[in-house]
Amino acid sequence: MNWRAVGLKFCKVAGLPILEPFVRLVAGEDPKEQLKEIAKYILVPALAIAVFLGFWGLASKHIVANSVSLPGPVKTFSEGGKLISAHFDQKRLDAEARREKKIEAVQLMQKSAAAEKKAQTVSGQQKEMLLANAAVLKKRAVAAANYRPSSAPSFIDQIFNSLKTVAFGFIIATLIAVPLGVLCGMSPWFNAAITPLIQVFKPVSPLAWLPLAMLVILSLSSSGEPWLPIAFLTSAITVCLCSLWPTLVNTTLGVASVDQDYMNVAKVLRLSWSQQLYKIILPASLPLMFAGMRISLGVGWMVLIAADMLAQNPGLGKFVWDEYQNNSQVAIARIAFSVIVIVIGLIGLFLDRIMICLRNLVSFGNPQTA
Amino acid sequence: MMNVAVSDEARPKTGVRAPAPPALISMKQVCKGYGSGESRVEVLENINLNLRQGEFLAVVGFSGSGKSTLTKMLAGLETPDSGTLEMEGQPIIGPSQERGIVFQNYSLLPWLTVRGNISLSVDRVFQHWSKADRRAHVEKFIEMVGLTHAVHRRPHELSGGMRQRVSLARTLAMKPKVLLLDEPLSALDALTRSVLQEEILKIWEEERQTCLLITNDVDEAILLADRIVPLNAGPNASLGPAFAVQLDRPRNKTALNDSPQFKGLRNAVTNYLVAVRQKSRDEQQMASEQPPIQLPDLKPRSMRLPSKAILNAPI
Repeated sequence: MNWRAVGLKFCKVAGLPILEPFVRLVAGEDPKEQLKEIAKYILVPALAIAVFLGFWGLASKHIVANSVSLPGPVKTFSEGGKLISAHFDQKRLDAEARREKKIEAVQLMQKSAAAEKKAQTVSGQQKEMLLANAAVLKKRAVAAANYRPSSAPSFIDQIFNSLKTVAFGFIIATLIAVPLGVLCGMSPWFNAAITPLIQVFKPVSPLAWLPLAMLVILSLSSSGEPWLPIAFLTSAITVCLCSLWPTLVNTTLGVASVDQDYMNVAKVLRLSWSQQLYKIILPASLPLMFAGMRISLGVGWMVLIAADMLAQNPGLGKFVWDEYQNNSQVAIARIAFSVIVIVIGLIGLFLDRIMICLRNLVSFGNPQTA
Repeated sequence: MMNVAVSDEARPKTGVRAPAPPALISMKQVCKGYGSGESRVEVLENINLNLRQGEFLAVVGFSGSGKSTLTKMLAGLETPDSGTLEMEGQPIIGPSQERGIVFQNYSLLPWLTVRGNISLSVDRVFQHWSKADRRAHVEKFIEMVGLTHAVHRRPHELSGGMRQRVSLARTLAMKPKVLLLDEPLSALDALTRSVLQEEILKIWEEERQTCLLITNDVDEAILLADRIVPLNAGPNASLGPAFAVQLDRPRNKTALNDSPQFKGLRNAVTNYLVAVRQKSRDEQQMASEQPPIQLPDLKPRSMRLPSKAILNAPI
């Protein structure tokens, strides 16, 4: 396979048909045709985005409430830039403080060692005093070495915290939904038993789950200190409860609708139950399973913002909420930045792409681009 | 059971037959239907068939006459409603590795490569062999169907003909006692089909395995088989009288095209099938007492073509 075929295959599997005309152009195919493709998939969308930005700018000039106006695109982006640079400033300051503390710790350690050495030479009350002094100095050195800056999480920290929360919730949901879905798909009786429960719980709003999730977490953690922050767990469990259903339903469908021909092959070969499961049923239902997981991740990401707001988990939702509380021009601009550009746009898109890519990797000969 | 009178001209002049070898698979008075109550449809009725050791038998019938049901029963994927179905004196109660089946739609697992698909069955059937032996066995059959250059490809990267070769190799590699070919070539284009027919013929003449071919192509049946059994049109399909194919082997497709014996046999089988279907249709017509439907004399309101938007609408 030459690099052109590899490139085209990559575009197909990664779900990035946008790159295809470029690969073909570089490979020396008819440039006219490729330019047309580029115009269609890149110039036209870019134009649409430009028009949208234009409308946004226009709207920001006219929408004013309580003497606060809707931030325009330019202001939003400059605020976004400030938020990111604030993060790096904060990190630099924290690193400096940590370095100073480290130097201090070394100095304290030296002082403590000197005091101990001196204690060897003297005796009586003076020796005891020196030893006590050394012990205090050592303690202070350890505290300085373990110093953690107590600055509030910056915007970027919050993004990562959100991603961690959604990943945690999503992984737990997948670990529950996939085995359950396989069982449902393989046994019509089990499916019949569990379908009413799925139907009832599926349409429940994420915010209705939140108090319940919090209750469960609190009751579980009443016996001792939980190994993760309660707010984090509450958000993650809410995400989990909401992203359970698409994966569960799709896995059930995928397993139940394995091509009868494949099952005939399994029957003729007289594969054992576990061989049937691992060699035929699971590989055959992977594409639908991943399609379900893609929807799950999308739902989870949407729910996360609301869950973070209510649970006060230091993620993007809390960021939006906090900024909304500090009702000022700058704050609104930050909300616009975080919500429109980062959250819904790029991260959601990125997560979606990852899932498409995974799905395409497991669905041979039948990749989906959208 | 349907009794069909077929003119004597249509019957072939069968010569003196050599003493028949023992039957490997025998079907006696086998019936099969689907559904229950009002919606029950009898697909096959009173099927009597003996598949003899070492012979190539072809069952020819129209589509929808129950050919696939017949193979599924022989493979053990379906059980007959009544009658006996035995292989070497033992009733067939489920699928077995002794009866290899080649499906019409290949049934290759799309996530496995050519080698992976064949290995799956070889690893299962010859579990007690060493890894190297199994590997060599797989390679042998890949080579037999001429796919050595494509071992690493997945089914979606292969043409229809190549896929059916993989499917054939997968089944042959199981070393079954009986090979059941369920319309193996009917999804292929005419050129590929004729190439694969010759290949099946070549492989069969090397191994002389007991083989049952289900097909809707009379020429294919005559080219490959020793005996042709027509399946009368369903529902309530039954088997017609057997036609012996006494053409010399090895057979050559091009040479056969000019052979008067080939032409006579083709006409006989085709005429028989057409006559039986016509008869069954006539009977159905007689049975249903509904008057023929009078179509209303309608004229389109406008002769304009549908607008472009409709023509371009995604399906």
